Amino acid sequence: MHRRGTAAIRNALTRCMLPAILAALTTTDALATAPVCDSGTAPSPTMFAPRSVPAELILDLSWLVWAICAGIFLIMEALIIWCIVKYRRSKDDRTEAPQVYGSNPIELAWTVVPTLIVFVLFLVSARTIFEIDKSTPPEGSLEITVVGHQWWWEFDYPEYGFITANELHVPLTRNGERVSIYLTLESNDVIHSFWVPQLGGKKDVVPNHINHLWLEPTMPGTYVGQCAEYCGTQHANMLITVVVHPEEDFEAWVAHQQKDAVHDMSVATGRDLFLRTACINCHTIRGTVANGSFAPDLTHLMSRSVIGAGVARNTPANLHSWVDDPQILKPGCRMPSMKLDQNGVDEIVKYLLTLK
Amino acid sequence: MTTLDHPGNPTRIKPTFLGRMHEWIATADHKKLGVMYVTTGLIFFLIGGLEATMMRWQLAVPGSTLLSPSDFNRLFTMHGTTMVFLVGMPILLGVANYFVPLQIGARDLAFPRLNAFGFWLFFFGGLLLYFSYFGAQGLYGMGSAPDVGWFAYAPLTERTYSRGHSTDYWILGLLVSSFGSIATGINLITTILTMRCRGMTLMKMPLLVWLMLIDAVLIMIAMPPLAAAQVMLLFDRLLGAHFFDVQGGGSAILWQNLFWFFGHPEVYILILPAFAYVSEIIPVFCRKVIFGYPLMVAATVSIGFISLGVWVHHLFALGLSPMVNTIFMGSTMLIAIPTGIKMFNWVGTMVGGKIRFDTPMLFSTGFLALFLIGGLTGIMLSVVPFDWQVSDSYFVVGHFHYVLFGGLVFSIFAAIYYWFPKVTGRMMNEALGKWQFWLLFLGFNLTFGPMHVSGMLGMPRRIYTYHADRGWDLWNLLSSIGVLVQIAGVAFFVWNVIHSLRKGREAGADPWDAWTLEWSTASPPPDYNFEEIPEVYSRRPLWDIKHPDDPDWKYE
Amino acid sequence: MSTLNAQPVGAPTPPDALPQTLNSGKCGMLCLIASEITFFGTLLAVYLFYIGKDPVGTPTPAEMLDVSVAPLKVVFNSIFLLTSSIWITLAVRQLARGNIKAFAVWWLLTILFGLEFLVGTGFEWYGLIAEQGFTIRTNLFGSGFYTVVGFHAAHVTIGLFLLSLVFVLTCLGKMHQRHTEKVELLSWYWHFVDGIWIVVFTIVYIIGH
Repeated sequence: MHRRGTAAIRNALTRCMLPAILAALTTTDALATAPVCDSGTAPSPTMFAPRSVPAELILDLSWLVWAICAGIFLIMEALIIWCIVKYRRSKDDRTEAPQVYGSNPIELAWTVVPTLIVFVLFLVSARTIFEIDKSTPPEGSLEITVVGHQWWWEFDYPEYGFITANELHVPLTRNGERVSIYLTLESNDVIHSFWVPQLGGKKDVVPNHINHLWLEPTMPGTYVGQCAEYCGTQHANMLITVVVHPEEDFEAWVAHQQKDAVHDMSVATGRDLFLRTACINCHTIRGTVANGSFAPDLTHLMSRSVIGAGVARNTPANLHSWVDDPQILKPGCRMPSMKLDQNGVDEIVKYLLTLK
Repeated sequence: MTTLDHPGNPTRIKPTFLGRMHEWIATADHKKLGVMYVTTGLIFFLIGGLEATMMRWQLAVPGSTLLSPSDFNRLFTMHGTTMVFLVGMPILLGVANYFVPLQIGARDLAFPRLNAFGFWLFFFGGLLLYFSYFGAQGLYGMGSAPDVGWFAYAPLTERTYSRGHSTDYWILGLLVSSFGSIATGINLITTILTMRCRGMTLMKMPLLVWLMLIDAVLIMIAMPPLAAAQVMLLFDRLLGAHFFDVQGGGSAILWQNLFWFFGHPEVYILILPAFAYVSEIIPVFCRKVIFGYPLMVAATVSIGFISLGVWVHHLFALGLSPMVNTIFMGSTMLIAIPTGIKMFNWVGTMVGGKIRFDTPMLFSTGFLALFLIGGLTGIMLSVVPFDWQVSDSYFVVGHFHYVLFGGLVFSIFAAIYYWFPKVTGRMMNEALGKWQFWLLFLGFNLTFGPMHVSGMLGMPRRIYTYHADRGWDLWNLLSSIGVLVQIAGVAFFVWNVIHSLRKGREAGADPWDAWTLEWSTASPPPDYNFEEIPEVYSRRPLWDIKHPDDPDWKYE
Repeated sequence: MSTLNAQPVGAPTPPDALPQTLNSGKCGMLCLIASEITFFGTLLAVYLFYIGKDPVGTPTPAEMLDVSVAPLKVVFNSIFLLTSSIWITLAVRQLARGNIKAFAVWWLLTILFGLEFLVGTGFEWYGLIAEQGFTIRTNLFGSGFYTVVGFHAAHVTIGLFLLSLVFVLTCLGKMHQRHTEKVELLSWYWHFVDGIWIVVFTIVYIIGH
């Protein structure tokens, strides 16, 4: 019921009260609708362009909250300004004002009215809380485990049996029906927070404590977000990309991710070098002996558009710089420079470039 | 009014520099300690402001590399810690130190030496925190400040993730200074409860005294839990205990609860003094008695109570059960009611007044306008689903700066302009004061207004850089430009203080024609405050004297 | 200043605002105790929170604080501490009557009983640490146990130091009837230390066990 009411308020606000702000916001809105998975420009992570059911519920409620607060704001500031103008003392007036010690009815009124407003706000908000905060997965949802690491994300698809990093791919529909995405949030070290504003509110990723987050995308596209709880040196570069695919695209993506890494003999030197160095302690490349789990899975590295959890685009030049010394692109990150000679770096990058 | 004039201090032989130093360092006088508290707080305010400036400089454009990530993280940690513990706390304790005894007609606090002890604990606690810049890594190099954020969420603060000693400095510095605050809090409670002059019943106390009483009670109740939590963290780090060590079964959630059980009352510890200052200033400059005194007292007491039961609203995104979130949403919204009452009563005082816009009133009005915004964004944040979107985003940064800068700092400036004549005997310059106000008002809104937008556009707080493609550039640039305007405002303040100390107009005992007891003694007050302990018959003893035909005691 | 003090015509005579029952010393001590309670309250809340949550498991409180084996030791020590509260009350009463010698005797008894408790805790810890190798690092239970009991013992130590100071002054003949109130305030602190022990004991040795 309240949602229809808030929609009316939203329309009113859109038309008369917040044109300037909305102009700024609608530009980002337009960006958000275009799927820009590989074009390089990500849409702004604005909460004003929701592309998922919980984000829509939150925005609907927010319009009501903003309307109430804007009303109070206007009344109060108008009162203050009115006082400033009306009751300013004239220069030569040295007399005292009439002393008014208080007024019970007036004071009662401004105790009771706010109480009523607060009560209404409370009831409406409580309803939305229980609507969004789901402790069990909705029927038929795709369950994915998200593991926060300093400073990257691990995405584990138990249903399909593979692990990927930093880019979360989800389907819009399954068997033609819209599908809920049910994330299980775990942390490997400190507290992080998973936040993709267009898809929903944030939820902390806490060590020793399992959280869940429900998303239900309503439109295909690429949505961005990032860690929202300060988690150490590179908190700023712990970005999230979520790609919502049409069903067939998602199935193709899954089929590709499920494969082991390609084995291209033309880059055998780089591959051998990779498998001989400490890289394999932290990274996994399925189909090789590398099976570390401290760092992102590289099996299909080249299927991702960014490296270093979003610090740079995944281009050969950036990859070269990263392998040479990750501390240049992402100072403070956990991966050390392996101190390879230039030839070694070249070979490894050549190898990595084959991991499509 | 001749009866109010005071002989002042007898002229003494001019003391030597060392003699004067000794006089200040060894003093147990509430007025000297008050001045020392406020001065130290203002110096830390400049340091904290410098840190903020460097952060805004970095964030002005996307992808900036002026500061390294670690340097940036240290800056926001030190900025937050400084502003809360080394600016807000000492200034509020300092003003209370100076004016609570004067307003209740006492000659000092109940325990003057404990008072001095409290100040020095605070002072050296602050120095200890800043010494981390040199000492935190010992012999290994330059040392480093803590970089864990001002609420220092475990397990990021555990030894595994925070090597070296920077976090130990954070713990110890705050532990030492918060013991000082607890001591002074106890001192204030005792002073207010047992040392009021004849005639001053609880319901005849000036509102500043009431608010500082509740404030001190909150300090006494809320700060020891922080100390306990910090001690446990220290044991984890230095003795290998496991309280917040997640590998050993410790709980990250527990630290958050403990910290905010202190942290939220702390917010009210910081804002109640702001209420106190404007509750004193607005009536005097409106030439009207405060509207609804008993309700103001009731609102104060209920804010004190409720503030102890709202801390979970900092943890809405932590994954607690929806029921817990709902309950704490309720308690948080509840606190809007007494706060609203206060707003209405201040405006009610202005209605029908004869308002004189000298600088103290200008800042108080600024407080009303800005704190209103901070309060309303606070209500928005109490709505759990909205909080899920914007908690830990720049929206929150904007919100609490409207509360603590627009609220507390504006009221502190109001208080300084109001009481500076009492403390120094000289008026501050009005023209410079107005320049300061308008620059600060403009710069403040330019800096913190856009933060609400960047927060809703998805910008998390505490990031040292951001990508150009996220739509945050404009808002961040505006914020950073605003800082420049604010710096100009603060420069006017510093210049005004220096100028007025030397060349300010002589103030006399009662320059604002005010009504509370501190204005009945000389400016600056003599060591003993009052020659004879006063007796009061109403909440505004000086009003009664100035208007014998229409005294307050007839109406109270 | 005289106008400030002259009662205006028709004004009600102000009541004496200073409550006689609460002077500065008492008020200050009560505040100190209140803040101490929130400090211990936090430590104890954490202790309660962690009961049964230890992933390391052994040693458990049941193994370490076996009340069925060594109930006497802890209970015995506790009885000493709690009875010292009685002695200190008697001591203050004697001082109020100006009976310095009796005061000194009861006061000394308080100190000795408190000392017994501290020594008893010392032996308990020695047994746990040196003989059973159970330290603050062992597990969550160890962290909580040593922190809570340790902070209590630290408060006992501070109390004993202050009590001894008074005793030395008494021996030097510096204590008089007029000091009753100050001594009484000290006894409040001591009562607090005893009272909090009852809570600590209940939580650590009974509930936690």
